[in-house]
Amino acid sequence: MTSTLEDTPTVKPGHRSLRDKEGNASKRDRKEQFMRYLLSGLMAIASIPIVLILFQVIRMGWQVISWEFFTTREFPPAREGGGYAAGFVGTGMIMLWASAMAIPLGILAAVYQVDYGRGITAKVIRFFTDVMTGIPSIFVGLAVYSLIILNTGFTFGAFPAAVAISIIMLPIVVRSSEEVLRTVPIELKQGSLAMGARQWQTTVRVVLPAAAPGLTTGAMLAVARGAGETAPLILTAFGNVNIVTTWFNIAIGALPLQIYNGARQPFAPGIERAWGGALCLMTLVLLLTVGARMLGRRFAKTVRA
Amino acid sequence: MTTTEPDLSTDPDKRLSGSGLGRFSDRAFALLLLGAGLSVLVVLAAIVIRTTIDAWPVFQYMGFFDFVFGTEWRAGFSRTEFTGEYGIFPFIYGTLYVAAIALVFALPLAIAVSIYIVHYAPRRLKTTMSYFVEVLAAVPSIVFGLWGLLFFVPVFLHPVTKFIAGSVGEVIPYFSSPVANVNYFHAGFVLAIMILPIITAITREIIATAPLPEQEAAYGLGATRWEVIRSVVLPRSFSGIVGGAMLGLGRAFGETIAVLMLVGGSQRWDPTRVFFSGDTMAAHIAATFQDASPETVTALLGIGVVLLIVSMIINMLARAIVWRFGAVGSDAL
Repeated sequence: MTSTLEDTPTVKPGHRSLRDKEGNASKRDRKEQFMRYLLSGLMAIASIPIVLILFQVIRMGWQVISWEFFTTREFPPAREGGGYAAGFVGTGMIMLWASAMAIPLGILAAVYQVDYGRGITAKVIRFFTDVMTGIPSIFVGLAVYSLIILNTGFTFGAFPAAVAISIIMLPIVVRSSEEVLRTVPIELKQGSLAMGARQWQTTVRVVLPAAAPGLTTGAMLAVARGAGETAPLILTAFGNVNIVTTWFNIAIGALPLQIYNGARQPFAPGIERAWGGALCLMTLVLLLTVGARMLGRRFAKTVRA
Repeated sequence: MTTTEPDLSTDPDKRLSGSGLGRFSDRAFALLLLGAGLSVLVVLAAIVIRTTIDAWPVFQYMGFFDFVFGTEWRAGFSRTEFTGEYGIFPFIYGTLYVAAIALVFALPLAIAVSIYIVHYAPRRLKTTMSYFVEVLAAVPSIVFGLWGLLFFVPVFLHPVTKFIAGSVGEVIPYFSSPVANVNYFHAGFVLAIMILPIITAITREIIATAPLPEQEAAYGLGATRWEVIRSVVLPRSFSGIVGGAMLGLGRAFGETIAVLMLVGGSQRWDPTRVFFSGDTMAAHIAATFQDASPETVTALLGIGVVLLIVSMIINMLARAIVWRFGAVGSDAL
């Protein structure tokens, strides 16, 4: 059955190339080829919907983008023209406030976990930060509704919406900042301490500036995630087609809410505007994400150098 | 020697330790950071406890088990008392069902894509591809919902599901007609497209961190690339992939807006058919909240609490598995 050294020359005289495969080997080789093609095929299949979604949103959205789209309030769904100004203003206000709450708090919590936290307290905080990442965003909306609107004097508006979005952003900021802070070289900290700096001076003047680009990356990713959230806003911002610039107690519009409302009614002008809004939202989120990744990569290079 | 020697002999303590408030600065700063760390716990506790308290009346009115396993949902319109009937089992069923459909499509594809990126893709494309996957994981769900509702389902998916119902459905009642425009399957399929990059981001990282020496040893023994993947990489990544899949499942449970636009918003349920318009917990909350009377809002809070419990159980299991496997540092988690 199996060829021995003696009978090989009789089967195939002369030099035998290593590339010649027989029996089992060629079967394995064919299987390898098959898997290669199968996996490439699956990769192609997986990328089809993604290409379709980018293509379709750009194709449909591009038609309605105009100066007017950014500067006027939305008309009733059956009427042509008008724009998402209320949504842009609302999303801007909500994100500004949510970022102002979530990012500093998140970075401080991350510093605590990396450089200060010890023992069981740090472990518990760490565990529950992870747990918090898994909370469904709709639950955050409900919880903020119950916490702020049912139990204090405030009603729907930018304030509860910002609280909800910041709760969604907080664990993302903490986790990404933590990872970045861990990469700050210990020599930097030791050097600072050896020069006589206090620990807080080391943290504020050495560790944080060294990690700044990475921290920005994490913050940008969190903003990207927060800006696209729709579900909690239904329960906290409530939506409004008028431009609202008040922080408290007036229902406020937001970009994702306007897309949602435009998409689910049957009139063509409203649907067209929804595509336009989707294009704007996607561009915003992708710009933030890509920008964050580029910053992050540069940071990784400087730390290694 | 022109410099004057500092006079350390007089009071060495004063030179080495600062004076005044500066001495407390470190302790104050540490306290501030501890406060920031604890704030995460406080926020978490506040939202969970407050919501449970506000949802308590509906649990008392229906009884917790009748609330969870009741199949009748009839919203009441009272401001002061409970008049409706609140059983959320159809929504729980819808949530599990849609998430399961999404996972069935997304998980095998995510594993295949991860293997391709890590082991088969041309070296030059590797970074670009994994970068692309992570960027795609950031596309907001409202965009998927809009695209699914107005383009993908009417143009591609609905003809396909109608064809399946017309051919396979004649034989197997599970796939039988009529195919509603929005149903469990359509929602699950679009959800699969949505969580594909999210799961891929995790599985790719897990597959990329499979122990290299063992792979090299297998190559050294003459294994082909696929054999190495089959007998070294995949067994080593198994628990990590299970954990990643469960995190994806958690994401699918909580997903609201894309599912809401595609699942149908019906309060009936029918486990014998896949092309049936139903509802999920998250979608039902978002769909009915704005028109809900105070008693119904309480019931919606109850749904939220149940949703939280279900996704927390899934999440903690997933994290326990991933932790045992080893830390994975991905932003997608």
